[in-house]
Amino acid sequence: MRRKLAAIIAGTATAALLLGACGNDGSDDPTDGGSEGSDGPVTLTITLNAIAGGKNAAEAAWIEDWVIPEFEAAMAADGTDVTVVFEPQGVDDEDYKTKISLDLQSGGGADIIGMDGIWVGEFAEAGYIQPLSAVGGSAVEEWEGWDQISDAVQNALSFNGERYGIPQGADGRVLYFNKDLFAAAGLPEDWQPTSWEEVLDAGRALAESGVAIPLQINAGTAMGEATTMQGLLPLLVGTGAEVYRDDQWIGGTDELRDVLEFYRTIYVDEQLGDAVLQQEAAGRDTSFAQFAAGEIGILLEGDYFWRSVINPAEGVGTAPMTNRDEVVGYTRIPAQEPGSGINGQDFVSMSGGTGRVLNPNSDNPELAWELLAFMNSAEAYEARAVDGLNITPRADVNAELLASDPMLTFVSDEVLPITAYRPGLAAYPEVSLALQEATEAVVAGDPVDDALANYADAVAGIVGEENVDNG
Amino acid sequence: MSAIDAAAGPRLRRRGRRADDVAGLGRVRAGVFVAPALALIGLFLVFPAVWTIYLGMTNYRLTGLAAANPEFVGLDNFASALTDDAFWHSLWLTLIFVLVSGVIGQTLLGFSIAWALRHVRGWAKSVIETLVLAAWVVPASVASFLWLALLDRRTGTLNALLGTEGTAWLIEYPMVSIIVFNVWVGTAFSMLLFSSALAAVPPSQMESARMVGAGSWQQLRDVVLPNIRGHILTNTLLITLWTFNTFTPYLLTAGGPRDESSILAVYIYTTAIPGGQLGMGAAISLIMLGINLVIALGYLRVARAASGGSK
Repeated sequence: MRRKLAAIIAGTATAALLLGACGNDGSDDPTDGGSEGSDGPVTLTITLNAIAGGKNAAEAAWIEDWVIPEFEAAMAADGTDVTVVFEPQGVDDEDYKTKISLDLQSGGGADIIGMDGIWVGEFAEAGYIQPLSAVGGSAVEEWEGWDQISDAVQNALSFNGERYGIPQGADGRVLYFNKDLFAAAGLPEDWQPTSWEEVLDAGRALAESGVAIPLQINAGTAMGEATTMQGLLPLLVGTGAEVYRDDQWIGGTDELRDVLEFYRTIYVDEQLGDAVLQQEAAGRDTSFAQFAAGEIGILLEGDYFWRSVINPAEGVGTAPMTNRDEVVGYTRIPAQEPGSGINGQDFVSMSGGTGRVLNPNSDNPELAWELLAFMNSAEAYEARAVDGLNITPRADVNAELLASDPMLTFVSDEVLPITAYRPGLAAYPEVSLALQEATEAVVAGDPVDDALANYADAVAGIVGEENVDNG
Repeated sequence: MSAIDAAAGPRLRRRGRRADDVAGLGRVRAGVFVAPALALIGLFLVFPAVWTIYLGMTNYRLTGLAAANPEFVGLDNFASALTDDAFWHSLWLTLIFVLVSGVIGQTLLGFSIAWALRHVRGWAKSVIETLVLAAWVVPASVASFLWLALLDRRTGTLNALLGTEGTAWLIEYPMVSIIVFNVWVGTAFSMLLFSSALAAVPPSQMESARMVGAGSWQQLRDVVLPNIRGHILTNTLLITLWTFNTFTPYLLTAGGPRDESSILAVYIYTTAIPGGQLGMGAAISLIMLGINLVIALGYLRVARAASGGSK
């Protein structure tokens, strides 16, 4: 009898385990059952690397307070019962990328996903995302917004000539500097260096006046793409080279050597920057906080830094500076020497751009497109601007709003005309990582020649020896 | 019920001859009983393992073309892992990590605490044991957060205590940091195991040793250690495997800086997930599994030899 009882218990327990296991196996998408045309309520989800009280807080607030209620109301007026759910994230870009690629790989994920334009190639090749028209239907081509978005901006979210998402605007990189520290070091308030040497000179003057971290330029792997985008690439285009040109990836060339030498001068030879900071896990956030605290003299960052990170408005920035407009100066990034930049330019920058794509796994792709188009209407960008302006992708909105912010006007007028873009190729993220490793090695004290040789090996391993230009 | 009995009848009759069928179930009924367990093991253990072998022979990636159409590459992943300096570097770090933090650190510290506490009774013992256990019980994510706060470069407690302002422990001494961390986390297990082992040492033998004038060290060497040899083996086996496989140090250093604390479990993760090379990650996982098996078999052999010798 006891044996029978044990058998029953064991059987029940096993069944429960199996059931539990199967239960977990199902889709974690809460939208199932909401097939098109059915009368039941439909749920749409949005994932962005934005979260209230943290990263990109203003964007998160805009989604929660404007997009969701307005879209639900508009849909309800049309007789469609739609619930929009925001799934916020507030992590490093690399972690966010890992998360969404795992979501998409397992056939799940939100209906609308925010992503960096530079990931579009590898995601498209993997089949995780599809051209917008293939997912959202014929309504995509007819959208009024395309006429307002320039081709260069649309390219940020395109791959092989097809649009995969709607870009969120243009951005540019500049040198930020602390005017208070500059004044104490006897440097001009309207500083505009014309060569790397002049940047170093300012750093030396700051060091003499007792600034702890005179000059910080992103390096190392801990910062991920921020190292490439806000460090190595703006310097590289200042030498006249590009990471990808004429179907060849940059190898161990003299230009890249010059860039690495510049890093070595800053972090090792003259110790104008904090080398340890570049290796810390939260180094970028720390650099923001230290700049905001007046401990960093010069920092190379994107306009994101101005409009989001140090934005003094309530609940917007992660390192708000109440005196931002008075204390923080910005200037264009000089080429190595006047005229040595790409296209013979004196000043250079890099631009990228994030955007939002539709998830091909969506149960309601056409409704998801309606939501995405709604989020990119002129009205939506105007609502978004209330909590903090950025350069939108829409010409009509920019014409109306940008004039109110001198920094963004500066980027739009002075930086975007001289900027350069990363290649939208699937191999780019891997090459970028190899470049980050090269800067990390130099910052940690390795000889430049070793770092350069290791990089040349790494890039040959990624794209093949025949596709590398070793100068 | 009777139908089942009838079906099992012939096998039940064989029971007398088969001494190993102590439960008297017969093969079929025994099989029915184990089947659910076997199904579970097959589904959640064997299948993933076989799947990992397959993945390890492809160039499968998290993104890009190879994610959509992975190609079969045979043993290429294994070959390139075994010829990659980064892999050997990681394996070397893992060996140091296991030896210093696991085998030496946790075992010695755990035993020392157990030995020191063996005559202590009352609240003092409870307090010390609770403190050591707390490190074991606190979830890894919480523990690593505490350690990040302790070792922080700017506002860390350790720098405040030592007066070493500005020392970035996790960057300047990454291996030392994760080794100390792991000793802190895992000592409780050794302590508990050795506490019970020491309690099982026959008091009469200790008494006899004292009578013939053995000192503390001699008692330990000649009476205690031979008695708890089995416990030491079990403890070392478990700790070696756990430490070899642990991923928690990732939460402190993420393998960095520059892979200086990239022990094998961390190396696999950074290769497979952030690095996107799922096929390569699977291949290294298999190598790691192989090393695990070798360790386990080695210990089993030693244990068998030891128990054979004492008979």
